[in-house]
Amino acid sequence: MSFWSQVVAITRKDILSELRTREIITSILVFAVLVLVIFNFTFNPDQAMMARIAPGILWVAFVFSGVLALNRAFIPEKEENCLEGLMCCPVEREAIYIGKALGSLFFMLLVEAVILSVFALLFNVSVFQLEIITVTFFATIGFVAVGTLFSALAINTRAREMVLPILFLPIITPVIIAAVKASALALEGKSWADMTPWLVILIAFDMIFTVVSFLVFPYIIEE
Amino acid sequence: MRTKILLLISALLFLAALAMVFVFVPTEDNQGVVQRIFYFHVPVAWVAFFAFFVTFVASILYLVKRSIIWDMAACASAEIGLLFTTLILITGSIWARPIWGVWWDWDARLTSSLVLWLIYVAYFIVRAYIGEEERRARFAAAVGIVGFVDVPIVALAVEFSRTLHPRPNIFNGGLSESPPMLATLLLSIAAFTVLYLLFMVVGMRIKEDERELISLKEAVKE
Repeated sequence: MSFWSQVVAITRKDILSELRTREIITSILVFAVLVLVIFNFTFNPDQAMMARIAPGILWVAFVFSGVLALNRAFIPEKEENCLEGLMCCPVEREAIYIGKALGSLFFMLLVEAVILSVFALLFNVSVFQLEIITVTFFATIGFVAVGTLFSALAINTRAREMVLPILFLPIITPVIIAAVKASALALEGKSWADMTPWLVILIAFDMIFTVVSFLVFPYIIEE
Repeated sequence: MRTKILLLISALLFLAALAMVFVFVPTEDNQGVVQRIFYFHVPVAWVAFFAFFVTFVASILYLVKRSIIWDMAACASAEIGLLFTTLILITGSIWARPIWGVWWDWDARLTSSLVLWLIYVAYFIVRAYIGEEERRARFAAAVGIVGFVDVPIVALAVEFSRTLHPRPNIFNGGLSESPPMLATLLLSIAAFTVLYLLFMVVGMRIKEDERELISLKEAVKE
């Protein structure tokens, strides 16, 4: 099997098993809606305030549900010793990383699409703009690039899912900053040119951490 | 022996640096006496970054060579780095209070120092949650590498927001116009760097002793 068919096989396996069990998606969607509802109670925002805090609420919902989704990425692999099985297969370690990352990317984009719809409905902010979708896409790649590595790491520690947010959140601060700033500019109706510096940071982060995680990942899952 | 020599050198350098900071160097015009904390704040920051750089290099070397000595070096250096990052935050706050009127401000460089601090706190949390030595070393190396690569991106992202912090103007005018200030800063940096080396040597020895103690405990159990 070539490298990419290995990757596709792993991603396909993840998507199929998730579509059959619907374990992750359902609970994360409920969780994300709860985050939005809690924000409504804590801020009780009017329309003017909403314009200011909308990007923040959106990204807190994305980040928290992202942590939840990434945490689940390696738990099924661990529970039935699937990862050991996968590593016994003639599959490159890097293919496991890319395959798992693409699977997580798919789920997170799906969840984010739903969050955006619910957000637009509940808070009456028009978030379905090409700018916001672009920013969300690139930010999610960054989340997944780092998150897949740390998820594999966290699952093999004693504290398991406690470790992921503690590691993941400080590392992705540049993504959060850039995504929130760019979304705010998009909601204000600013042009692409104003958003360029933030998009550059997002894309640079994506490229750097995809490469670094790709190189480091094989050392995490060996044994 | 190595420790004693390093201790002696750093003690002498610190005495000289203290003398320069409190007696020799002229008081800065705008900020007055308060500005003298600069000669501690900047060297402390330098040591913190240097320590994390050593952790980064030692982490890569561990993954390549698989010798536990590199993990011990990475961990010892990260301990010093975390201590000095804490000192950056403390000396920064002490300096900010009289100048900006607040202990803390979400200014660019303060914010990135705080994120840096959080990244290396996470490094030690990961270490604490893994019992096996070999796995701990591997995982810690991954965090040591990813964490360090993140530092410039964090700095860049926060820098885009408006900043209160004085730009580092050591090389473009500023300090170089005042040789006594530059000399004091450089001596202070030298003193703190020797202190780092001393801590590193002692830290490595503690790590070796810890390992020996663990293996002795295992032997007693059997």
